[in-house]
Amino acid sequence: MLDLGGKAALLIAMQIYLPIAEVSVNVFLLLGLGGLVGILSGMFGVGGGFLMTPLLFFIGIPPAVAVATQANQIVASSVSGLLAHVRRKTVDFKMGIVLLIGGLFGAAMGVVLFNYVRSTGQVDLMVTLCYVVFLGIVGALMFVESLRAIHRSRKGGPVVRKRRQRTWVQTMPFKMRFRTSGLYISVIPPAIVGLCVGILAAVMGVGGGFIMIPAMIYILGMPTKVVIGTSLFQIIFVTGFTTLLHATTNYTVDMALAVLLLIGGVFGAQFGTTIGLKLKAEQLRILLAMLVLLVCGKLALDLLLQPDELFSLSAPEGH
Amino acid sequence: MQKLLFFFLAVFLPFTPAFAAEEVILGLSQNRVAITADFDGSEILIFGAIKRDAATSQVGPLGVVITIQGPSQPLTVRRKEKKYGIWVNSDALEIDSAPAFYAVATSAPFNTVMTHTQDLKFHVSIPHAIRSVGAPVHIKDPAAFSQAAIRIRRANNLYQVLENTVDIQQETLFQTSIALPSNLTEGVYKTRVFLTRDREVVTHFDTLIKVQKVGLERFLFNLSRERPLIYGLLSLAIAIIAGWGASAFFQMFRRG
Repeated sequence: MLDLGGKAALLIAMQIYLPIAEVSVNVFLLLGLGGLVGILSGMFGVGGGFLMTPLLFFIGIPPAVAVATQANQIVASSVSGLLAHVRRKTVDFKMGIVLLIGGLFGAAMGVVLFNYVRSTGQVDLMVTLCYVVFLGIVGALMFVESLRAIHRSRKGGPVVRKRRQRTWVQTMPFKMRFRTSGLYISVIPPAIVGLCVGILAAVMGVGGGFIMIPAMIYILGMPTKVVIGTSLFQIIFVTGFTTLLHATTNYTVDMALAVLLLIGGVFGAQFGTTIGLKLKAEQLRILLAMLVLLVCGKLALDLLLQPDELFSLSAPEGH
Repeated sequence: MQKLLFFFLAVFLPFTPAFAAEEVILGLSQNRVAITADFDGSEILIFGAIKRDAATSQVGPLGVVITIQGPSQPLTVRRKEKKYGIWVNSDALEIDSAPAFYAVATSAPFNTVMTHTQDLKFHVSIPHAIRSVGAPVHIKDPAAFSQAAIRIRRANNLYQVLENTVDIQQETLFQTSIALPSNLTEGVYKTRVFLTRDREVVTHFDTLIKVQKVGLERFLFNLSRERPLIYGLLSLAIAIIAGWGASAFFQMFRRG
């Protein structure tokens, strides 16, 4: 028994020195983080990047390394998810490619923007502000929407769906038929949506699913069943491209960190899916909304309250 | 002329015999630190003896100061300020050269083993090991920035002041141990031993410790810098295989 305790203590104390981040971190902390975010992403069908990146900052991974490595880790979880959707034929590849073309331009712009802001020393602020703004908007919208849904289902009234109306999206040129989505729309809006998500992917180290999914449903009018698969398809390529750009321009992708996170992540995702199946959709959405708002609130507080240490150190540009 | 001669004698006499008289012989527990995947800091044991001519008389109390200095790099220190209601980085000061790691161990409180002049001359204490030349005009308190840099690095154990940790026995043998933290960077670490008499440096001895990533750490780091594209593609390949593997594994599991 005593021997067992000793071994457990040794295991718990197992550290790994990350070759690029140049910090030593506990292996089980990383596996646990990967697992925790994996569970959440399995439950809610999101990539979980918006949670993982701030958590990595918190355990002392340099922001630039966290953002770049996170992009690599999202590729793994998205591939896993996409394969399930391909089997169910719920991926609109044509729409995915249009989104992707926009996304690649966006990612390139995002990395340039990231490097420029890094040189001015405001990169932490930019990333944090992006998180606060986007998480705040998405969280609040989702919260209100799911509260309404719960309210409706309590009343037991029939769910009224508005018919799709002719919006500004239908009036643009360069129309194209997207069979899987059953749409005939201009390619401009999806390309712009892709572009915005690409920029976010590079700057925030997230897949951008939490922005893209609402945009696909509410702006493009895509049917809900193809939305997740198509967004995963686009996310794989955009985050893959972002990983390459960060790896070649900033040398900030830490392979060891990515591997540990994704081992935890893929197992966590499977448990998360099982838990997710046992909960109602509205309950699930309201839980996710609260989680998003919680992360947003924490980051906002960091900006508003006076930090304990006003000074920070960094290597200057060009060294 | 006589006055001048007297002056020279007064200045140099105290040093010259002492230089020849006492010498440091140093040993290190290791002169190479390997950063492996499970690297979790390392303790360096520094020990030595003081060799002296029997004829010379030793005056003044003996002191030993040992420093370990990591590779120096420029450093940007930024200060946050409240603007538009939120805390943002505003002023930045570049320090020309700051060691990535610095530890100074002494046999007694620093002021009692070394004079300020000697400290300045040999750059021994932490503030003097950092070189900062000129601050932008709009920064009124440049000292606050270098103090902050030292404070932050001390909090991370990257800068260490270890007073009274050098153990001297019978004015001949000395030893100390310095813990290198786990967040160490690569490079050549300069180790210096100063022998002081009456707070003046009598002699000093320098040696080097090499800190290097080895094995997988070395391979990955080199690959990422020398072949970034291949490194990036390899990272992606691992991610895709892991994603596919997990999906295939769990499907098999469900069917089985």
